[in-house]
Amino acid sequence: MLNSCETEISERADFNPGKWQTQIDVRDFIQNNYTEYTGDSSFLAPPTDATIKLWAKCLNLFKEEREKGGVLDMDTDIVSTITSHGAGYIDKDLEKITGLQTDKPLKRSLQPFGGIRMAETSCSSYGYKVNPEISEIFKKYRKTHNQGVFDVYTPEMKAARHSAIITGLPDAYGRGRIIGDYRRVALYGINRLIQDKQEQFKSLEGEMTPDRIQLREEITDQINALKEMIELGKIYGYDISRPAQNAQEAIQWLYLGYLSAVKEQNGAAMSIGRTSTFLDIYIERDLKNGILTEEQAQELIDHFIMKLRLVKFARTPEYNELFSGDPTWVTESIAGMGVDGRSLVTKNSFRYLHTLENLGTAPEPNLTVLWSTKLPHSFKEYCAKISIKTSSIQYENDDLMRVIHGDDYAIACCVSSMVVGKEMQFFGARANLAKCLLYAINGGVDERLKEQVGPKYQPITSEYLDYREVMQKYDDMMEWLAGLYVNTLNVIHYMHDKYCYEKAQLALMDRDVKRYFATGIAGLSVVADSLSAIKFAKVKTIRDENGIVIDYQVEGDFPKYGNNDDRVDEIAVNIVKTFMAKIRKHYTYRNSIPTMSILTITSNVVYGKKTGNTPDGRKEGVPLAPGANPMHGRDKNGAVASLASVAKLPFNDAQDGISNTFSIIPDALGKDEVFMGDLAVNLDEGCCEGRFIF
Amino acid sequence: MNTVYGNIHSVETFGTVDGPGIRTVIFMQGCPMRCKYCHNPDTWQISDNKKMSVDEILNKYDSIKEFLKNGGITVSGGEPLLQIDFLIELFKKAKEKNIHTALDTSGILFDNSNKYDELIKYTDLVLLDIKHINDDEHKKLTGHSNKSVLEFAKYLSLKAIPMQIRHVVVPDITDKENYLTELGQFLARLKTVKTLEVLPYHDMAKKKYKELNIPYPLENTLPATKELAVKAKEIILNAYKSAKSANRTI
Repeated sequence: MLNSCETEISERADFNPGKWQTQIDVRDFIQNNYTEYTGDSSFLAPPTDATIKLWAKCLNLFKEEREKGGVLDMDTDIVSTITSHGAGYIDKDLEKITGLQTDKPLKRSLQPFGGIRMAETSCSSYGYKVNPEISEIFKKYRKTHNQGVFDVYTPEMKAARHSAIITGLPDAYGRGRIIGDYRRVALYGINRLIQDKQEQFKSLEGEMTPDRIQLREEITDQINALKEMIELGKIYGYDISRPAQNAQEAIQWLYLGYLSAVKEQNGAAMSIGRTSTFLDIYIERDLKNGILTEEQAQELIDHFIMKLRLVKFARTPEYNELFSGDPTWVTESIAGMGVDGRSLVTKNSFRYLHTLENLGTAPEPNLTVLWSTKLPHSFKEYCAKISIKTSSIQYENDDLMRVIHGDDYAIACCVSSMVVGKEMQFFGARANLAKCLLYAINGGVDERLKEQVGPKYQPITSEYLDYREVMQKYDDMMEWLAGLYVNTLNVIHYMHDKYCYEKAQLALMDRDVKRYFATGIAGLSVVADSLSAIKFAKVKTIRDENGIVIDYQVEGDFPKYGNNDDRVDEIAVNIVKTFMAKIRKHYTYRNSIPTMSILTITSNVVYGKKTGNTPDGRKEGVPLAPGANPMHGRDKNGAVASLASVAKLPFNDAQDGISNTFSIIPDALGKDEVFMGDLAVNLDEGCCEGRFIF
Repeated sequence: MNTVYGNIHSVETFGTVDGPGIRTVIFMQGCPMRCKYCHNPDTWQISDNKKMSVDEILNKYDSIKEFLKNGGITVSGGEPLLQIDFLIELFKKAKEKNIHTALDTSGILFDNSNKYDELIKYTDLVLLDIKHINDDEHKKLTGHSNKSVLEFAKYLSLKAIPMQIRHVVVPDITDKENYLTELGQFLARLKTVKTLEVLPYHDMAKKKYKELNIPYPLENTLPATKELAVKAKEIILNAYKSAKSANRTI
């Protein structure tokens, strides 16, 4: 113990001191020690031979995986825990950063705590079978999250789930959307983190309320997870009980923290946080001390990113359909501005993006630039260049989110912002507001199932829809939906905490985590256009033999969302405000703060399949527009008008994110590469100034 | 004063190829030309399906201006000069708001009237589409003489209005070396040409013609390749340069 403390002091002598030394505070360490970089990308190094060889091996593995139908190998015998597997490598001699989820690359781990049936189906869909003993244990002796939820669900909750008015709920899979502060492993070493957790545990004595008992139990779980992390380090030959001493160790330590999380949880989004500038401090120090070259620094980052590209989970085909593929959402947040006016751009921000050149494009990790109009120009240019070249960078509005979260937040999944180590969210999938409108018209009867799912309110009986009448009934139906939705999520997150607690991730967070209760909506543009059609044109109902409205005939034209036309854009704004106000009325589990998102990026296709004909003329089964997008083809005034409609949506009522998916062919951006680069920068700046997430 | 309305075909708020920056492009309805390769036959008729006032357009522009940098308003068509009164009013008010104005035209209607003197006071840039340098060929291609077009170019040069010249290369129609050379020589006599853009003819408008029940005039002409356009541009530029070095300007 004495030895490691001595190392700690001597190795840290050249870091600037600060609060970070006496308390767990990674942001303070970053602020006191990082070096902003405002230069251009000319310093970047190409891939090393080792990188090229390693990545070629990975590409081969990916190819094999595709040829085998999407899964290369699955573990059916060992329940995945932080220490469940021995060491695994791609090519041990070449890897500078090591650690795999199981003993082999792309072999998917078995994670039954979310639900044993889901784990079984994931295996059986690809021709594997979970060891019957394990199945028995999780059916007979060890309850899962999924079992817990279904033990409590009301008939109404089950019906709403079945009809898909509430859908994508994390009641059979890991909720994800929690980012452990993996940087803590590198900065403090696990021993120090355990000590901190033990102090937290001690601070929670006295009156044993259910809340306190729960937290004490959780902290004990966290400490156990931390101890397992030390073991995981040993499996790969590292002593991560102590702080990292150089760049290689810092990256390795951080990665082992993340690896613990993905070995322990199959979450819907397992994002990594905001690590590039933190790691730059170690790299800068090593460069300065002459023990690392730029080529070596890039190699470390390339190998680290390669590892993140290999993260995979066992999932069912239905899950993949919902998310259009097999996403892991290993989101890394890059750049952004500091509250003191310096940008958080470092050379390492460039190195992360440069992996897209060195290793080629990839959807994961989801490299996300926190965009500010004030970012250094040369960094913006590099972003534009890499975007044009690879189409693999996501941009989000730092100027907007920094106001709420400060300058050490990161994105979980695609747009959910949270302060690293201090905030998390309860992921809540979405409520289908388009279907809700149909329920309002049909008195709670589902238009496809022809079953009473919502409350049996008076349906609309007139032939033509009257705007006022529809709005009144829609308001009532949204009131019902908001209540049911929030309460369903309360059940889910209670059970997730109880049976599938994210102990590795929470071990790397503060004692009192701020929790967001993240609801979401789908079908906004369909609702806006439908109400606009009812208001500005004439909408005739077409009913089946039982009087249920199954189709609509629109007579005349009406303003459509996505054309910067206030008449309809205001309808969309009001729906967002109204539904959020209704959500806020309800109790939310663990005093979490309700938020809302408008950001289906892929699942809108599945939601569309389950939504009947709508009054805007959309036909049954046609995909809803993604996120806050206008319906496909209805925005007639070009991209900027379309973006302007979206930008009117109030961020305060959709704080978990507003997405607008928008693709452009390069030729539509200008005439040559230099010109295109300038344009891309200009457009992004405009978007950010126009309050939105791009 | 009476509100002036324009007959508008459509508005594109994300125009990136009709002038500098990201621009709002107003496509006006109506055109006297019948260019064989026209890709907007839906703008030919002088219909008044969609009317917009100058204020309406400028208000729309204001509501999205934070998205735009180094952009402005381009009026295209159709042939915008058919509605020159509207155009004057729009550009005048746009300049009061310090908005960059560009006019995308064939110049076919130019008649040297006072209205043009008024219009160019508020015009920052003209995107001039020269269809064919040879008058006979121009008539065949568009149904009109090119005299007023070339007069307009000289007029703009004289009045020091910056121009971007556009020329479409159509196989067997505008790709002949002597014509391209002649075009280059003509351009060299102008003082305010800022850029030259040579576009390969494409047939992506076929669908539109079909929908409008208009026979497609270039049914037997293949789209031009990029290489053909590059070659044509070189010929024009070479002629332009050698004429320039001979130092002949108007």
